Amino acid sequence: MQATNILILILALGIFAFYIGRGRSLALAKPLGGIRNLHSLPSYYGFHTALWCALPSLILLSLWMIFDEPLINSLVMSSMADQLGNTSLATYNLQLNKISNIAEGILGRQGQSDALLAAADYMTQLKVVSRWSLTALMLCLTVIGLLFGWSRINPQFRARPLVEKVMQNLLLACACLAIFTTLGIVLSVLFESIQFFRSVPVHEFVFGLEWSPQTAIREDQVGSSGSFGAVPLFVGTLLVSAVAMVVAVPVGLMSAIYLAEYASKTVRAFAKPALEVLAGIPTVVYGFFAALTVAPFLRELGTSFGLSVSSESALAAGGVMGVMIIPFISSLADDVITAVPQSMRDGSLAMGATQSETVRRVIIPAALPGIVGGIMLAVSRAIGETMIVVMAAGMAAKLTANPLESVTTVTVQIVTLLTGDQEFDSPKTLAAFALGLMLFTVTLLLNIFALHIVKKYREQYE
Amino acid sequence: MSKAATVAKKPKKTAGAKKKAADQDLQISAEEVTVGQSFTDKPKMTMRNINVFYSDKQAIHDVSIDIAQNEVIAMIGPSGCGKSTFLRTLNRMNDTVEGCRVEGEICMDGENLYSPKLDVVELRARVGMVFQKPNPFPKSIYENVAYGPKIHGLADTRVDLDEIVENSLKRASLWEEVKERLHQPGTGLSGGQQQRLCIARAIAVSPEVILMDEPCSALDPIATAKIEELIEELSQNFTIAIVTHSMQQAARVSDRTAYFHLGKLVEVNPTEKVFTMPEHKLTEAYITGRFG
Repeated sequence: MQATNILILILALGIFAFYIGRGRSLALAKPLGGIRNLHSLPSYYGFHTALWCALPSLILLSLWMIFDEPLINSLVMSSMADQLGNTSLATYNLQLNKISNIAEGILGRQGQSDALLAAADYMTQLKVVSRWSLTALMLCLTVIGLLFGWSRINPQFRARPLVEKVMQNLLLACACLAIFTTLGIVLSVLFESIQFFRSVPVHEFVFGLEWSPQTAIREDQVGSSGSFGAVPLFVGTLLVSAVAMVVAVPVGLMSAIYLAEYASKTVRAFAKPALEVLAGIPTVVYGFFAALTVAPFLRELGTSFGLSVSSESALAAGGVMGVMIIPFISSLADDVITAVPQSMRDGSLAMGATQSETVRRVIIPAALPGIVGGIMLAVSRAIGETMIVVMAAGMAAKLTANPLESVTTVTVQIVTLLTGDQEFDSPKTLAAFALGLMLFTVTLLLNIFALHIVKKYREQYE
Repeated sequence: MSKAATVAKKPKKTAGAKKKAADQDLQISAEEVTVGQSFTDKPKMTMRNINVFYSDKQAIHDVSIDIAQNEVIAMIGPSGCGKSTFLRTLNRMNDTVEGCRVEGEICMDGENLYSPKLDVVELRARVGMVFQKPNPFPKSIYENVAYGPKIHGLADTRVDLDEIVENSLKRASLWEEVKERLHQPGTGLSGGQQQRLCIARAIAVSPEVILMDEPCSALDPIATAKIEELIEELSQNFTIAIVTHSMQQAARVSDRTAYFHLGKLVEVNPTEKVFTMPEHKLTEAYITGRFG
């Protein structure tokens, strides 16, 4: 049986177990004079039985799924060890792929060597054995669990704390999942980056002022020496993000203040969703809005002032990105400002402060942590944004602080490095991971910094 | 003193009027007039025919009363009788409540508080307020007291400001307890200290009238005693209107007591008289604990 079918079966049995567990507790309660004589509610007995029925087999199933394939593979390969001899990892994997493809019928059996065919047959056989033994084991375990859980039910049995405990651990497991995913991402990026830093020294990457990742394929090619200085990229990223924040922070914050403190209910009911629509527009749409509308407009405006504005400029990309980010800031800031207790407002107004004095001197300081949180989220969003920059800011890695020129950002370069057919052992491709790692580090540092600021200046209300 | 000739213009059944038959004698008729001494010779504030509405619901019915210079006037009455609403009309804090509408005339020193020419900011500087729950700002103790003087520009130099803060804290009898930690957050104080901080904050702008909306209801008995003592001291310089749920408190601190019932002002008399010989049967019923 397939794993999915087994899963469905286990779940069905679990539901069945719930009902018979509950049924038994109800049956036990009846002669005693109602469910008040049970320690726990009948549904807890049901859950308890269901957990005993499903949980052990689910754990076994997941372990089986993890270890099933590597075990079969190593068995198959060891059966072929004499034919293969000492081979490299690449050939080993190639052979293994071939065998499993033959076994699954993707590759025709004609023209394959006997050894491979034999191995493929062996693999098929092992898989069948594995599947049937898994099914049998699962069914046994489920039924045993069910019976055990069922047999434990009696009026004094404390099912409720047990179910609570399992629930708690389930929640813990979910929390761990998120953490381990983050850890996994960091580690995978880290390992690739280490590989990159074998060919390009760290200091050259971090402090290098020139970015041109084109490495030669042949020795005699022009421009064969790729240079991997990440500074222009980070300056570009920061420039675009800074432009975006200059647009988004004041506008977002002020609209949040207006919505939270001044707007009437009807205006708020209309304006808040309207603002949030901005967040729903796909970034590609923002991208061509920036490239086709804003950039030419800025260029003409610049020309009329006698400034030369590049047709792909950090200003255009950053400005449009800022508009995109406004709802992040306004929505979060609006929530925290609304959460400031009314008594603070009353206290300030009763002192004769005007509404704007109240906002500036009492509300904003009290809401500061949330506001900074919103801004940090927006900054992370700006740094990570790719599409608008690809379309409107250009690809040229120029080291400049002038927002009228075209720049490129870290994310754009990661995209260009990784799109298309790439070899995964050249520094050109691996550079993407190093950039990712560094981007991650920078955002992390920014977050820590912001947290520190908030801690220092926060004014806590009760 | 004359009796107030207050005749309700809109005889309207209120929610509370649908009480059970047992409470029939405690009902208040639409034509009820305020008994006792509502008016004084030298009023600080005068209120005439005040009606307050929350959207369609009328919370205050035709209330007329004077508040004399430097007196402590207590407002008592069962929950929901409109005493807090009434208090909040005196510094126009009801403006911040959506759908709230005030009719009638409220004057302070002859100046109509609800005239369009009046500056609310200035009014609230003259009529300070202390709330039910201590609400110090999430700032330092010093900044809390300095808040009012700063926004009204009462101090030109830092030295002036220091002096105002010190004096206000002293008058709120909090100085000795906090002088060592003026720059720590005001929210770190105990509940009673926080409330005295709020009083210090209110008197820092030298208001003429201080409104107190159940200032002790969130405090323990010892803190309450301190605040009451403070009210007594403050009454030498300020006019104080206090809403309270505690009849003992009204009896202890006030010169005159006003009894509100279902949005109507039933009786106003010197405190001693209210608690010994109430004129109105409702007042008597309330202070003897028959309801409330």
